[in-house]
Amino acid sequence: MSGEISRDEVAHVASLARLRLDDNELDTFTEQLCVVLETAANLNSLDLSDVPPMAQPYPLTNVMRPDVLVPSLDRDEVLAQAPDVEDSRFRVPPSLGEAP
Amino acid sequence: MSGAQELAASIRSGVQSAVAVADASFGAINERDDEIHAFLHLTKQRAQIQAQAVDDAVANGNDPGPLAGVPIAIKDNMCTRGEPTTCSSKILEGWRPPYDATVIGRLEAAGAVIVGKTNLDEFAMGSSTENSAFGPTRNPHDTTRVPGGSSGGSAAAVAADFVPLSLGSDTGGSIRQPAALCGVVGVKPTYGAVSRYGLIAFASSLDQIGPFAQNVTDAALCFDVISGHDPMDATSIPNPLTPTLPTVNDGVAGMRIGLVDELMGEGIDDDVIARTNQAAEALTAAGATVERVSIPATIYGLAAYYLIAPAEASSNLARFDGVRYGQRVEGQNVAAMNVATRSAGFGDEVKRRIMLGTYALSSGYYDAYYGKAQRVRTLIANEFATAYESFDLLLSPTSPSTAFEIGAKSDPMALYMCDVCTIPSNLAGHPAMSVPFGVGDDGLPVGVQILAPMLEEARMFKAAKALEDAAKGMS
Amino acid sequence: MSELPEQGQRVGTLETDNSKTVEGVLPEGWEMVIGLEVHVELATTTKLFCGCANNFGDEPNTNICPTCLGLPGSLPVPNKQAIEFAMTLGRALNCTVLPSIFARKNYFYPDMPKDFQTTQFEEPTNAEGFVQLPNGRSVGIERAHIEEDTGKSTHLGGGGRIHDATATLVDYNRAGVPLVEIVSHPVMHDAETARAYVAELRDILLATGVSDARMEEGSMRVDANVSVRPIGNDELRTRCEVKNINSLRSLGRAINYEARRHVDLWTNGEEPKQETRHWDEDGGRSTSGRSKEDADDYRYFACPDLPPLTPTAEDIAAIDAALPALPAARRSALAAAAGVEIADTTLTVERGLDMLVIGAIQAGADATVAMKHADQNLSDGQGQLTLESFAALVVMEVDGLLSSTQVKTVLGELVANGGAPGDIASSMGFEAMDTTELASLLDGIIATSPDEWARFLEGDRKVQGHFVGQIMKATQGKADGKVVNQLMTQRANQG
Ligand SMILES: [Mg+2]
Ligand SMILES: [Zn+2]
Repeated sequence: MSGEISRDEVAHVASLARLRLDDNELDTFTEQLCVVLETAANLNSLDLSDVPPMAQPYPLTNVMRPDVLVPSLDRDEVLAQAPDVEDSRFRVPPSLGEAP
Repeated sequence: MSGAQELAASIRSGVQSAVAVADASFGAINERDDEIHAFLHLTKQRAQIQAQAVDDAVANGNDPGPLAGVPIAIKDNMCTRGEPTTCSSKILEGWRPPYDATVIGRLEAAGAVIVGKTNLDEFAMGSSTENSAFGPTRNPHDTTRVPGGSSGGSAAAVAADFVPLSLGSDTGGSIRQPAALCGVVGVKPTYGAVSRYGLIAFASSLDQIGPFAQNVTDAALCFDVISGHDPMDATSIPNPLTPTLPTVNDGVAGMRIGLVDELMGEGIDDDVIARTNQAAEALTAAGATVERVSIPATIYGLAAYYLIAPAEASSNLARFDGVRYGQRVEGQNVAAMNVATRSAGFGDEVKRRIMLGTYALSSGYYDAYYGKAQRVRTLIANEFATAYESFDLLLSPTSPSTAFEIGAKSDPMALYMCDVCTIPSNLAGHPAMSVPFGVGDDGLPVGVQILAPMLEEARMFKAAKALEDAAKGMS
Repeated sequence: MSELPEQGQRVGTLETDNSKTVEGVLPEGWEMVIGLEVHVELATTTKLFCGCANNFGDEPNTNICPTCLGLPGSLPVPNKQAIEFAMTLGRALNCTVLPSIFARKNYFYPDMPKDFQTTQFEEPTNAEGFVQLPNGRSVGIERAHIEEDTGKSTHLGGGGRIHDATATLVDYNRAGVPLVEIVSHPVMHDAETARAYVAELRDILLATGVSDARMEEGSMRVDANVSVRPIGNDELRTRCEVKNINSLRSLGRAINYEARRHVDLWTNGEEPKQETRHWDEDGGRSTSGRSKEDADDYRYFACPDLPPLTPTAEDIAAIDAALPALPAARRSALAAAAGVEIADTTLTVERGLDMLVIGAIQAGADATVAMKHADQNLSDGQGQLTLESFAALVVMEVDGLLSSTQVKTVLGELVANGGAPGDIASSMGFEAMDTTELASLLDGIIATSPDEWARFLEGDRKVQGHFVGQIMKATQGKADGKVVNQLMTQRANQG
């Protein structure tokens, strides 16, 4: 890893994360992210080839629940929290295309 | 206000009413929280109903539970049904969840009275509670200073004696560091010991809920209530946990305690190191043997943490898109609406971490960043395991410094350094807690950290109690 | 990855050579390359990660909870039945069941409540299997992984067309419904094989009971990855993913259309764009959907909320033991019992009549006759018809006690109401005619039709129908045509 991130990469990452940055923010964030990634670069000195990754600290497996109905939420209580509702559905502006 | 244990005892025996105790708590908050800003929202009606129920139970000769009538404050990243839950973010302003977090149910079943929701760094990302969309919390010991974070509101609420207990969440030190800065006890339990169901996720593989208390015994009492298996959380540990309260006074005689070299050097203030050494001496005096131990991988903790936590956060925080709940800023199409909502709704620190995490997970960088950081986790856990072959517990400072001035740390990296001593336990999933131990050169509280192996909370609380007793003797 | 449990192959062998060009679909020298992604909704009571009902067609947003609505703070817990169904399906597809992990696939879409899909990426539950088709060929399966479904979007305005919509309404009842995504290798080269593969999958799903597999209702959804290449070349060229295929008929049309479109592009010196396309059944064409040009970055990572699944060898053995006989095995068994080609058993097995036929054969029935009735006269299934009565009826026909036509009528009655075949035949007056009675009838007819009889004696077999018809008329159809034929031959030989 280089420990650096370019302004363009920050812009790309922001768009992936659905964030809009103005030019000033882009400059500031680029600089700050570079600093953090430089710190991350000190992991480079470690030989980790024989070390397995740890995704979860406590090693559980096969945690499952029975296929039994649990009451659902009250629809009105849920929809009351929504920014926009129509016809008992969540209303959003039009989508530009299909889901991937 | 007295401690939780005494309060519950006096309420159970009818000496005080839960309603009166709740009123007293609200009175104290009313008097001083304008200045401290520990709370974002008070749950007066819910508290009233619960306190009345506890009093009714006492009147009817029923057991209202081990936390009968004890007022408790909840960090505002845990869901409380019908009550605002904001994560100190504009994006969740006005949201009232339709459900309770598991810990909320457990607390109320034990008789506790929830008085309100406390301030935090937005989405628990920060170490000073300055990154709240609703303004900073101030340290009750010196209101020009931060209370630490991200659970600064919960730490301050206990330090200001508004409540004897509160809950925080700890992803990289967010309970222990503010506990140290506010001079209270703060516990980060074993990962999986306390259900995360209803805790708004920051970094799912690191987050744990834990108590703040004015003393170790109350912390143990609260831990015993909130911990235990929850079928709603697939990462919840199914094994029955050992209660910690019954053995809290057992002392440390015969225990082997390791003082972690790497957390006692560069970057840690001298007064903090001095207090930690004194704590080691106090434990020795209480019958433990204390030796230095080296855990080299801990120095990589910070770097690993600032890849893993943002990576998980970038995914966890995607759902704040303006579709189903919370704030929305309209746009021409749904993507534009998402962008407008998120850009206006998240603060800079949250955006910074979302972008960092998105980058760390993106194709081409995954192995170099996220994958590598996960291997560092294993390395740290392995080195801890080796250390625990020779030691029962480990000891270190909690925070590199005492409470700093509000606004003093404007550069993100400077703030990230606050968590250098606390992060390794989150990465390994081990329990750790902070206990107040004297004051620094500035007269502000210092906390020392006790680290324990997986599920050895009971052992950890014994040492904490021994330190607490020793600290009392000092002053 | 931990050690894999020992898992034997089940039925047939993996033979991926399905190459075949269909006259007229593509110009000379081109072949299509087809891989299918089939999403199957599992027939559980509740959703994959929560206890909400997995129901089709309920009032919008009534089957929702914090987890399937992606509310802040909610967590997933896997449904044991869904996991078992997925493993059952994996074994039915001859896959190896592996230790697996759930991953998050990150992208924004309003009908996906968490803005990531919980799915499986690098370590799926089922890997490398195959489906054996009735023609004996096999289609290789790369993986069959578990994932959650999305909610349902309704696009307002623009006649329901997504691009002209003025708003979208979202119902999350379907969000979190358990799916298995079955990904085939790109080894099919004509639409007919693709259709046969999907039909076979559907039969396997129904046989195992893991899904109701209704394409029209969306509980089985097929996306086709289509590309083309010059024959004799084994490169994989740019493919398009065609979605919105709602029937087997659409599948064939969509594949042929898309492949033809690609050939036209290549022939014109252009290149197809890698993209998702939408099949328009009414228009008979595919339209451009979402471009995949700037390759999606889904930022997959192991879901930290979900511990790994690590089935043991015993778990898998239990799943194998509980598997019903699957279509491929049933076709083989029937072919062996009836002494026919596997391809000739398809219909019988599809109708679920294979056990009836095999049972009847074992009880002494003639295989050819039993197969004939199963294929021709039991199109709606066996109803009340038992194996014993079917066997008895076939034996009666072979012994000449009943005519084929009579057997068909009796079968109809047995399917509808059951009963004993002999009783039904006599209650219908289908007593077999005494041969002497028939012989005297024949003599009478010969006497009244001397010209026809003369022609018969000269070898004109066409006049046979005249005599059979007369006898049938006289006996009101009770006579067995075959017996009449035999009598005529005897009489002719007697001179
Ligand atoms: Mg998929
Ligand atoms: Zn649900």
